[in-house]
Amino acid sequence: MKTSLTRRYRFAASHRLHSPKLSEEENRRTYGKCNNPYGHGHNYVVEVTLTGPVDVSTGMIANLGELDPFVEREVIEAFDHKYLNEEVPEFRASVPTTENVCREIYRRLKKFPAAQLERIRIEETGKNSFEFAG
Amino acid sequence: MIRITRKVEFSAAHYYHNPDLSAEENRRIFGKCNNPHGHGHNYVLEVTIAGEPDPVTGMVLDLKELKDILQNEIVERMDHRHLNYEVPELAGKIPTCENIAAVIWQLLAPRITKGRLDRVRLYESPDLFADCMADSANGAGGRA
Repeated sequence: MKTSLTRRYRFAASHRLHSPKLSEEENRRTYGKCNNPYGHGHNYVVEVTLTGPVDVSTGMIANLGELDPFVEREVIEAFDHKYLNEEVPEFRASVPTTENVCREIYRRLKKFPAAQLERIRIEETGKNSFEFAG
Repeated sequence: MIRITRKVEFSAAHYYHNPDLSAEENRRIFGKCNNPHGHGHNYVLEVTIAGEPDPVTGMVLDLKELKDILQNEIVERMDHRHLNYEVPELAGKIPTCENIAAVIWQLLAPRITKGRLDRVRLYESPDLFADCMADSANGAGGRA
């Protein structure tokens, strides 16, 4: 039996899906409404799943007293109420689809020292979600 | 293989305190959860059984049977209880989401005789849950 712990966080941000490798017409066809040059936004929900041994003295895989400020500093402060295309440097070179947002958040949280990051799952809206497990 | 999931809820009190640590260490590690008067949650438990449907009944495990197992083994044991004092299986353990989920796994595994216990997911709140999952490497999870 394997145990994991999952914590959900939220941020609100705007983005625009537009690839410099595609023509204007191809961008419109590929991304549809998401290609609107003024951008649009979502209330993102980020699920962070950690695995590792349950510490006998605390009963915990990870202490939320450590995880919450780490996620706040590494992700929420950087993403919340931001325009992802311009204000998160990694998205100057890649399209901020939620697939790529998953990968970027995984990269940032992989550094959490107290437990092993197993998976990032993001709900972009209540109807779609994306997962990245490394 | 089919997976079926049944959900139940229970409400319980707990607090976090390790008697091997100083009062100051307990406060530092456990924060608000160390309040000796305790606090409580509405726990939501999702139990997943995996297996092949019986060729006669079309069921992996009759959900009514699973409902009765969850009622008898978990809800009656934990609902409206103080987890630190009233659940012997948690004695000596900090009643975190991780530890409660593991105890629930141990209580349920021997009771599942059709299919196998695949996952126990315990929500302490909508934003925090622990999963216990069958070890897929040997496929023996849940057979106790």
